[in-house]
Amino acid sequence: MTMPLMKPKRKNPVLRTQQMNLPPWARGRVALGITAAAAHGRFELQECQECSAVQYPPRSACWRCLSCKLRWREQSGEGELLSATTLHHSNDLFFRERLPWRLGLVKLDAGPTLMVHLHGEVGEAPQRVKVGARLDRAGQAVLIGFPNEGSAHMADDKMLREMTSDPKFRKVLVTDGKTPAGQAIVRALVKAGADIVWVGHAEPWKKLGGLEDISALPQVTLVPLDLTDGRAVSRVAGSIGGKVDIVINNAEVHRSFGIGNRRGTDVAKAEMDINYFGLLRLAQEFGPALKGRSADGATHATAWVNLLSIYALSNFPPHGTFSASKAAAYSLAQCLRAEMRPAGIRVINVFPGPIDDEWNQHMPPPKLTPESLASAIVKALRDGVEDVYPGDVAQEWLERWRDNPKVLERELAVNGG
Amino acid sequence: MARRGYEDVAVAVPVTVPYVRYSTEGAHWFLGRALHALVEHSGIDKDAIDGLCLSSFSLAPDTAVGVTQHMGLSPRWLDHVPTGGASGVMCLRRAARAVQCGDAEVVACVAADTNHVDSFRQTLGAFSHFARDATYPYGSGGPNSIFAMITAHYMRTFGARREDFGRIAVAQRANALRNPNAMFKKPLTLDEYMAARPISEPLHLFDCVMPCAGAEAFLVMSRRRAQDLGLAHVLIRGTIERHNAFAEDPIMVRGGWRKDRDALYAQAGVQPQAIDFIQTYDDYPVIVMMHFEDLGFCEKGEGPAFVQANTLTHDGSFPNNTSGGQLSAGQAGAAGGFMGMTESIRQLTGQAGERSVPGAALGLVAGFGMVTYDRCLCTGAVILGKSE
Repeated sequence: MTMPLMKPKRKNPVLRTQQMNLPPWARGRVALGITAAAAHGRFELQECQECSAVQYPPRSACWRCLSCKLRWREQSGEGELLSATTLHHSNDLFFRERLPWRLGLVKLDAGPTLMVHLHGEVGEAPQRVKVGARLDRAGQAVLIGFPNEGSAHMADDKMLREMTSDPKFRKVLVTDGKTPAGQAIVRALVKAGADIVWVGHAEPWKKLGGLEDISALPQVTLVPLDLTDGRAVSRVAGSIGGKVDIVINNAEVHRSFGIGNRRGTDVAKAEMDINYFGLLRLAQEFGPALKGRSADGATHATAWVNLLSIYALSNFPPHGTFSASKAAAYSLAQCLRAEMRPAGIRVINVFPGPIDDEWNQHMPPPKLTPESLASAIVKALRDGVEDVYPGDVAQEWLERWRDNPKVLERELAVNGG
Repeated sequence: MARRGYEDVAVAVPVTVPYVRYSTEGAHWFLGRALHALVEHSGIDKDAIDGLCLSSFSLAPDTAVGVTQHMGLSPRWLDHVPTGGASGVMCLRRAARAVQCGDAEVVACVAADTNHVDSFRQTLGAFSHFARDATYPYGSGGPNSIFAMITAHYMRTFGARREDFGRIAVAQRANALRNPNAMFKKPLTLDEYMAARPISEPLHLFDCVMPCAGAEAFLVMSRRRAQDLGLAHVLIRGTIERHNAFAEDPIMVRGGWRKDRDALYAQAGVQPQAIDFIQTYDDYPVIVMMHFEDLGFCEKGEGPAFVQANTLTHDGSFPNNTSGGQLSAGQAGAAGGFMGMTESIRQLTGQAGERSVPGAALGLVAGFGMVTYDRCLCTGAVILGKSE
């Protein structure tokens, strides 16, 4: 059984803030295949296309038949714990600060022996376990041995919390509370046990539905926040930046049409001003604050979530300028991820298909409900994944894009925009 | 085809460059001291060394050839065997064949490593592709965590207790107290062994070696040359080598010696009972126990009973690691793989002083090296005999 995490006491401001030392980051290029799968929440190993051998650690050739035709295949992770140890000494600062630390050797039913971090609910060897891949604080994949049947509080395991960004007892900023999606995100965070949710709202004189319901929640505090106003972003960061553990940037401007159906650049500029420059302003102000607190106790700063769009992968001509702004934001988010990595702050990019909101009225179903989007975001935080494609449309686009981006581009151009 | 023997080859001039915990010198400094001692103790002119076989982890960016220019050597035969704990046996085998075939007359085999304050940590993280990708990110315990799991599995499977491993460590410390080059100078009791702090359970402090800086070296030449020079020497009776054995075992329970031991004893023309002492590669006591089993001194799983039934000190019923081994003399990187070789030459040529094994005529030196992922890959062994 995992002891449920208790709400941490208020921090004594006189005590030192623990600084982040990342776990070992180096991996070879081949081994990054495991990271690429774990970033999407999957556990994949190399499988030989000629003899079907599953192998680990990742290699450049099949250990059994020497073929170089290797592909990454999802694994069930079923296996047997052969042996375990508890480390009381480590040569690495990250682990030294977190000892004792439990490790195991697991023989996968699929073949290879794996070294894994062990979940606290896994008992003594020998026993059945299930191996999964997670991203560690350095953003690299590690393998974890989970109990076959976990308890209700297994997410609170001390080791596992190092790999995830569970909102429980954390303080979150949601940048736009005026949209149905934003309100659903706030509700989902409160339900997930967030301690405080700061909810941004631009142009306070415009009264929109739902905001009052949200602000009635005891965890919620409204903050005026307009991402087009650099000084306003600065002000908010000055007042809450040192406390925020998770930033969820869901503010966006979404208009339809591409190039030919609208005159001038005003709408495209407005989209860019929030979707791209808004992220930039927010990241410049809140990024350093999050980085400074990334090892600060059990509820340290942990994650940054960007609401992007599946249109960021390939332009959807009927929403052409919006797609472009989201592609720009996606590119900037990759930069943000690289800059946050040394502090161990995870950047999670969410790529939904059309959300069931006012700017997708012409889009046919299936459309993503705000509630589904919100639960996908909370799940991503809990599972520690890096890229999320919620909903059927996003999943289909992703599959087509992975298969062949050029073919997808032609498919999307079919109606001339 | 029957393997050719090594009857006409002599192994001589054991050299140990005293170990230090940390050194500001580089590996080349220790190599230089070792080569200097080989020349001085043998009386051979430096230019007469026409073969060089090196083992080191801390030469980078040099390889063995860089060392030839560094030391002003011009060998006509050169090898680099960076296989740590197996490099002593492997260098000897290669050098012996070079001498037999006339490719070199006098081969200097040298293992040296330095140890700076932070170099061990850096070596661990970059030890192998697999270590970087699949073990170092898991707690960064280095080989401790792997061998802890191998030890725990062995204990569960064969009923070994910590006390059994303790007997190995305690006996080696007793041997080390008679070795002026050993790093550890204080006696160790079984109670102290049991009470030591945990490192990676079930391993505790005295199950682990202390990384240090130092060098070990010896010369390989024809028997006739050694006789002409009047050098005390030993003969190679039999030897084996194996890599990545038993890859099908999901966790290490046996070493590669098990595959080749019959060939070893057949070449030497002796049975295990004839061996007077053994130098095991003692990176962890469980591995010493596996040596005893897999080299045929007892059956698999009988290691604990064998250790209980024998005394392992230099004057005991089954002398093991008479220099104190790495557990008590220190682990000077790759030199740890040469320690059993130099110690055995000393034992068989009457240079082992007060830790001499009485009446020793045959010694077995085992090699075991390179944990690139979840087990040690290289094994080797040589039976050395007293020269008549």
